[in-house]
Amino acid sequence: MHIPSLGWWLPWLVLAPLGGAMVSPILAARSLKASRWFGALVLLGNFLLAVGLTPFAWNQGPLHYKFGGWAPPWGIEYVLDPVSAMMATLVAFFALIAYPGATLPREDQPQSNAASFQALYLLLSAGLIGIVLTGDLFNLYVFLEISSLSAYALVASGGDRGKVAAFRYLIIGSVAATFWVLGLGYLYALTGTLNMADMATRLPGVLGSRAAVAGLSFMVIGLLIKMALFPLHGWQPDAYSYAPAGAMPFISGVMAKVSAYALYRLLYDVFLKAGPAANALELLSWAAALSILAGSVLALGQRDVRRMLAYSSVAQIGYVILGMGIGNSFALTGAFLHIANHALMKGCAFAALGAFTARTGSSDVRALAGVAKIMPWTAAAFTIAALGIIGLPPMAGFFSKYYLLRGAVTAQAWPFVATFAISSLLSAIYFFRVIESLYLKEPEQTQQTHAVPGTLLMPAMVLAGLIIVFGVFNQRVIENFVPVIIAEEKS
Amino acid sequence: MNDQRLLWAILVSLIAVVPILLSDKRPNLRESWTFIAAFLKFGIIITLLSDLLAGVTPELVLLEIAPGYALHLKADPAGMVFALLASTLWIVTSLYSIGYMRGGKYPHQTGFFASFAVCVSSAIGIAFSANPLTFFVFFEILTIATYPLVVHNRNGEAIDGGRKYLAYTLIAGQCLLVALIWSGVLVPGASFTPGGFLAGSGASETTLRIIFLLFMLGIGVKAGIMPLHGWLPAAMVAPTPVSALLHAVAVVKAGAFGCVRVVGFVFGPELLRSIGMDWVLASFAAATILGGSLRALGETNLKKRLAYSTVSQLSYIVLGAALGSPAALAGAIFHIAAHGFMKITLFFCAGSIYTRTHFTEIGQLAGIGRRMPMTMGAFTIGALGLAGTPLMAGFVSKWNIGLGAIHSGHEIFVAVLVISAFLNFAYFFPIVYTAFFEGEPSEFKFDEAGYALWLPPTLTALASLVIGIFPDWFWSFYTLAWTAAKSVTGL
Amino acid sequence: MSSFFEIANYWAVAALLLIGLHGMLARPNLMRKLMAMNIFQVAVIIFYLSLSEKTGASTPVVPHGVLNPSAADFVNPLPHALMLTAIVVGVATTGVALALLVSIYRRYGTLEEPELLEKMREEAAG
Repeated sequence: MHIPSLGWWLPWLVLAPLGGAMVSPILAARSLKASRWFGALVLLGNFLLAVGLTPFAWNQGPLHYKFGGWAPPWGIEYVLDPVSAMMATLVAFFALIAYPGATLPREDQPQSNAASFQALYLLLSAGLIGIVLTGDLFNLYVFLEISSLSAYALVASGGDRGKVAAFRYLIIGSVAATFWVLGLGYLYALTGTLNMADMATRLPGVLGSRAAVAGLSFMVIGLLIKMALFPLHGWQPDAYSYAPAGAMPFISGVMAKVSAYALYRLLYDVFLKAGPAANALELLSWAAALSILAGSVLALGQRDVRRMLAYSSVAQIGYVILGMGIGNSFALTGAFLHIANHALMKGCAFAALGAFTARTGSSDVRALAGVAKIMPWTAAAFTIAALGIIGLPPMAGFFSKYYLLRGAVTAQAWPFVATFAISSLLSAIYFFRVIESLYLKEPEQTQQTHAVPGTLLMPAMVLAGLIIVFGVFNQRVIENFVPVIIAEEKS
Repeated sequence: MNDQRLLWAILVSLIAVVPILLSDKRPNLRESWTFIAAFLKFGIIITLLSDLLAGVTPELVLLEIAPGYALHLKADPAGMVFALLASTLWIVTSLYSIGYMRGGKYPHQTGFFASFAVCVSSAIGIAFSANPLTFFVFFEILTIATYPLVVHNRNGEAIDGGRKYLAYTLIAGQCLLVALIWSGVLVPGASFTPGGFLAGSGASETTLRIIFLLFMLGIGVKAGIMPLHGWLPAAMVAPTPVSALLHAVAVVKAGAFGCVRVVGFVFGPELLRSIGMDWVLASFAAATILGGSLRALGETNLKKRLAYSTVSQLSYIVLGAALGSPAALAGAIFHIAAHGFMKITLFFCAGSIYTRTHFTEIGQLAGIGRRMPMTMGAFTIGALGLAGTPLMAGFVSKWNIGLGAIHSGHEIFVAVLVISAFLNFAYFFPIVYTAFFEGEPSEFKFDEAGYALWLPPTLTALASLVIGIFPDWFWSFYTLAWTAAKSVTGL
Repeated sequence: MSSFFEIANYWAVAALLLIGLHGMLARPNLMRKLMAMNIFQVAVIIFYLSLSEKTGASTPVVPHGVLNPSAADFVNPLPHALMLTAIVVGVATTGVALALLVSIYRRYGTLEEPELLEKMREEAAG
């Protein structure tokens, strides 16, 4: 039975944080504490709403909401199917869990900054959830820019170097978004529609045209920049290095993933529904494999653990894209499972690192020497995340890698099988260097240590627990949260 | 069908990790937890053994961990041999570790006992794994849990040894993962089947050969097959109880046991023969038997000599599996247990000598037998056993493997066994001679370290004597080995 | 193949895109980079507006008295609406960028990228 009225809830997933972002500064003018609690409540409500709607999207078919009552393709619609339900829940969860640490009052910051930071944080989650929900390609651009603009500002709030990093990020990010609009112009000229489902029905006649190929290329490149796939990753290490540590679990956890999700929508819900695009997928697979290897190698060269994790993300987003490129059921399921798992693992690693940095004042690998002695729990959380990213059982990362590898073996794509295996080994090298430093080196006696507030530690602990739970119970996760995408098996 | 004891047999030591870590400041309490867990585990496994001997194979299907693969445990005869060995030796090793670690005033003892418990858990998990994925999960947990033990001393040498250990085992892990996924694509959801499950897969011979090589790369590192043995001597930097664990109980035996699993239960001797890989594996094993013995001859450091002796002895198991006739397989499986008892005796002795005298070189041992008669007596029994003297445990396995070589028509390997026996005498006899007959002829003076250091080797030496004369005594190793061998060969 | 002049605005779009890209990549001055980015965005706006053009069509407002308006008589209004949004996004981006530039300039006293990097390196070292 389909209950159409449930769709009424969809816009609230975006409107709640968007409205919250506007109300929060007004509240902050009276009491910063009140606005902080208000933001947390908004995000909590948002998360509960996303969780609550998920079973309906799974059991009753996709939920729809038509803006202003205009039916698509004329109006903008929001769609909540199992895939977007998973992404929305993921975004809402990470927004919620990182919020207390991200909005922690800082002594070196005036109150007004703290207030706008809270608002920007809410705006970012509104933008990301908007990308996830919308069924309209131009609307997606708008949300992409909403999220990006707030991300620029968040990065800029991380000190003077953060501002320079943010400006670079802004220029590159705007180019990416403009590429998306430019490509969309081609497709619009060909099909006369902006709605994803509608475009899929109108594309078949023009799929082979040069304009369609050019349009798709522009849009894909735009997204690849946003998700920082090698060699379009240049903005990311700086942005990740200077963004406020508290916000990093959120930013590193879901931002790139949402762009990967947009790519999935574009490829699978628009282009592959219209016709075969094996060449595009193969090209994308090779780009992803290159990103996996290059990201891993670049991560090897970093002494700063934050930059190392950023390059590791360049490699790991490659896993997701490679899964989409291989494109059979195992690989696609693996890609989405890895979106969730990598969000947990990288979020956890950044949260733990944030706590270390708060303690020692540096994120250099040498500064972490012996930290496991003073912060055993956080070090354990970091280790769990690292083992997960390397892909060792029973951590979550192993099981998404299992799916991806199984997809690659099924497709007999041996170069990609080798890529996954080599990448695991490279990540083992760079992570064990940090683990060695944490556990085996003697701490420097001179270093100052500061107490670390619990709000910074909490995300690391929760996420580390989830990494193990998502690993051991991965089939439950797939049955209820990560959709299995049935793709046509390539022979 | 669902026998929860299997799960508890694994969990007991895993759960014990928590109280062990919490009793950091109270060593006596901490060690009590280890003993409680060790005896509980041993008890559970003995009850499983009595069921198995009564004709019931305990089996447990837990939650699904990948499509078609459950966390599936099964106490079949081959696995039971390994489980019995690990759980028996955990008790004596715990006693010995207490004496050794306290005697040597080693730091980080809590971490040591915790990691040790995890290792034993995963060894039991490997023994009882009923399908390749479950096997892999425990295999990798064992890899990681052993790492803290290898780097226990926290100095540069230990860190280098740890790196080497990780490099070998993690690369191997990736090969094993690809191999098991590939075999899973050929025969979806297959469990270990006596006689192999790949026989009817219809895959080409070349494919099967590649899969077999990948399996062997994955397993062979832990089993120390040359040229994959490099990590073993490097890991000798660890404290002696760890070496005992690595070389007799958990890690190398997991590799040797995995070899039996792959040959007997994934491929099956017949398929292996038809794709011509039995000869290849047997040749590598024979080369390792001889090469390991020759290297052992050249070492003057006692622990290093024992390490190369392990490399050599493990390949008896590999050779027996490769030959694939019932007697050879039975000999191989029996040797898992026999070598465990004998080699752990030798390592215990080396550790006792080191704790008492800080001697590590063989040349320093002159006259030590007159000071430490229990230790050196046990050493002599162990050495004679490893060389294959009749009425010792090693003789039973070698006799069967030799018989199996004749049955399978590869008589040349009997020559390998004979030569190796001579080499064994050649590298063990000088140690015994030096200890008892060289040096200043002085009066007999009982100068042992505490009972915790001489009792365990005496017990294991006695055990290896007893199972040499009555191979079925208490543990029924011989019956189990033959039952497993018969099921694999369909005799 | 259409003649050059019929599709002159598309050539202009291509030229502006390239100018914008060149400016962002090659210019050392951050302010110029920002201006180049604006040029880049404007190119896309022109692109969309060109798409909506039709020969001989008028503004998309149906005059009084016309009962059966034909789509061919009016330019496509949707791209204009889209570009209004894009312009707003562009203005917002420019605003954020300018705010960043102001505070970078206040802090480092320069907007030339090489000098900026030099100063940041000196500070990191000292």
